[in-house]
Order: sequence, then C-alpha cells, then structure tokens
Amino acid sequence: MTATSARVILICSGKGGVGKTTLTANLGIALARLGESTVVLDADFGLRNLDLLLGLENRIVYNAQDVLEATCRLEQALVKHKQEPNLSLLPAGNARMLDWLTSDDMKKIVGMVAERANFVLIDCPAGIETGFRNAAAAAKEAIVITTPEMAAVRDADRVIGLLHSQEVAPIQMVLNRVRPKMVANQEMLGVSDVTDILALPLLGLVLEDEQVITSTNRGEPLTLQGTLSPAGRAYMNVARRLRGEEVALIDPTRERQGLRARLMGKIRRTTGLF
Amino acid sequence: MALFDFLQHLLGLQKPSATTARERLQLVLAHDRSDLNPELLERMRREILEVVQKYVEIDIESGDVSLATDDRVTALVANLPIRRARPLPNNSPETSSKSNQCGQEVRALVENQEMPQPSPTQIAEVLEVQDAAIEPNSSP
Repeated sequence: MTATSARVILICSGKGGVGKTTLTANLGIALARLGESTVVLDADFGLRNLDLLLGLENRIVYNAQDVLEATCRLEQALVKHKQEPNLSLLPAGNARMLDWLTSDDMKKIVGMVAERANFVLIDCPAGIETGFRNAAAAAKEAIVITTPEMAAVRDADRVIGLLHSQEVAPIQMVLNRVRPKMVANQEMLGVSDVTDILALPLLGLVLEDEQVITSTNRGEPLTLQGTLSPAGRAYMNVARRLRGEEVALIDPTRERQGLRARLMGKIRRTTGLF
Repeated sequence: MALFDFLQHLLGLQKPSATTARERLQLVLAHDRSDLNPELLERMRREILEVVQKYVEIDIESGDVSLATDDRVTALVANLPIRRARPLPNNSPETSSKSNQCGQEVRALVENQEMPQPSPTQIAEVLEVQDAAIEPNSSP
C-alpha cells in the first residue's frame, strides 16, 4: 500500500436516479471485501444519500468542510463502516452549506484522503454544473453509469464530453438496470447499442434486481451479503475488473431468472426467513 | 408487449422500439456533439467573410457568424450587414438587386458530418426546421 498510488475514481451519470450512489456504495463494500482500503466521498451535500445506502446516517458528525476549516482532523470525519472496516465514508458537507466545495477544496480533500487509501470513490452530484465539475477536477479516472434509456444515454454522452475536456482518463462504463427479456424482444436498447453509441469500454453490466430496493431499505449494500444476488455479483465483478482481474461479462439475453432462483425468492418473501 | 403492438410487430408494420430509440439517439447525439470549437468557428468565419467580400462590400465590424442549435439541426447563422454590391463583370441581375439593401442577412445551414443517413421521415423533419430557420429573415 503506497500512499501516492491511490486510484481516485469519479462515479457520475449526468442524469439522476440511474444508480450512481448504489454503485458507489456497493463498489466501496466490494473493494473493501477484496482487501482494498477504500474511502467513498459523497460529493453531493444538498441531496446526500450515500450515508443512507451504507447504513451510516446516524454516525456522521463531521464532514469534509470541517476538515478543510480545521474544525476537526481527517480521522474524525471519516466514518468507518461497521462490518467492513476497510471502508470509510466522508461526506462533503451538510445541507446547510450554501456553496459547493470549490475545485481546489475538492482537490485538497481528495489529496488528503488519497494518502491513506488504495481507492477513493467520489459519488458525483447529478447534473453537469458546478458540483459535477468541481468533483471531476479532483478525479483521475471515471466510471460513467447509465441505463439503457434514451434520456440516461444522452446525458451520459454530455458527461463523457466534459470528462474528455477535463482530461479524466480512463473513462469506463457500467450499464445498469438491464431487463434481459425486454432486450431479447428488442424493446430495450441492448448492451452493444449503448457501448457503440457512447464508445466506452464496458466495466460492468447490472441487471434489474428488486433486491437493490430491499438492500437500500436496510442500509446494507448487496455486496455485503454472504451469498450474492445477481446484482450483488455484478457489482463484485465490477470491483474485480477495476483491480485488473479478468472476469467475463454475463450475457443478458441468456441470463433469465431460473426456476430455482424464482422459487427461492418466493420462499424467502413468504416465510421471511434468511 | 401489448397484443396490438405484438401483431403490428409480427406484420412488420412497426419497428421494434429499441431500433427507434437507437436511431433517435444517434441523431440527437450528432447534434449534441456538434458544438464546434471556437478556433474552428473563427477560421470558418474568416473564410466565409472572404468569400462574401468577393461579391459585396460588408461591414466586418458588425458582422457576426455563430452557431445556433435548434434542437434538431445545428445552424450556422451569419449576419453580415451589406454596404453595397461590388461591381463585378458577370453579376447576375438578381444578386445585384438584392444585395443593394443594407442589413440583409446571409444564412447558411451546416449539417453535421457525423450525422447518420436520415430516414425519409427524418429528412422531412430536418427540412421543416431548415425552412423555419430561413423564413423569418429571407424577405429583404
């Protein structure tokens, strides 16, 4: 673990609600489980949700702003995850803040965090305005997450253009909420449609999975579970590929929920067991 | 898929919606991406002025060449106030009569190089926008 080699990765999408924060939370846990010391930075302070998804909402006392103003030390502001101590959360600020952290502030705080981690994941605010640009200024590489919907793809394209102009590289893509049945019926853009249009390498493919919602309810990311659900596996694979492992992509047209999985899901729901 | 959609799909009356989405996206992104960089625009502006100046005397100070994006088509709008026509040997009567009026606008439309071959319906849409862009200023 060398101090200066931390990978600072921006997680962004342009459009809101496509799964940025879910990806950040799951990827953070997955990397931590793989033994990487990881810090997730919530760059959105007005509408911050990363704390909720990680189940850390009651443990936040300080934020990046406090560290920059020397109100507290960095160690005090970093909220360590209970089950995965390799993972810490740092919120950028609180909802009472009036302005975004400037790009210099972002660079400074990311620089401080990068000294004590292997991976720094920045959960970017939606949009392409100041909040996004300042967060992007502090990142070296980026993951653009999108869904196979037109509005999401179009906004992702804008974001990619801006990332190129800010010389963020490499930029990779995660395609989220793919519905295999609709893709097979040609009622949803397919994987190659999106990768061709956006011209980015595919880092991961996540199928629509109801368990994303239940895991959010509990504040326990899917990658935290012992036996991983399909989406949990997909996020874990993203983490592996980020570390340079070769993991084959799933074929969405073949990946239908098998009878056994459906049965188990039904038993789980009706009995409330495991 | 609703039964009606399914039948239409089966009879080949309707394209799968994924195909429509792909085509629409490609078109819209070609336009989103077409913002030319300022340097290129400046070079183009100079060249356009040079060409126009061969035929008419224009007020370079108040001349303006810019891009206007009308969500479907990127239009290159040149506003070049004309002082007077240059006496050229083979000046057609039509050009000279028009160019005598001052403040006349010269408008041009550029189509993006990256734009995919539009389907017949898309051509109609593009033409509509082009007409709309030209009409308000085409009368001298």
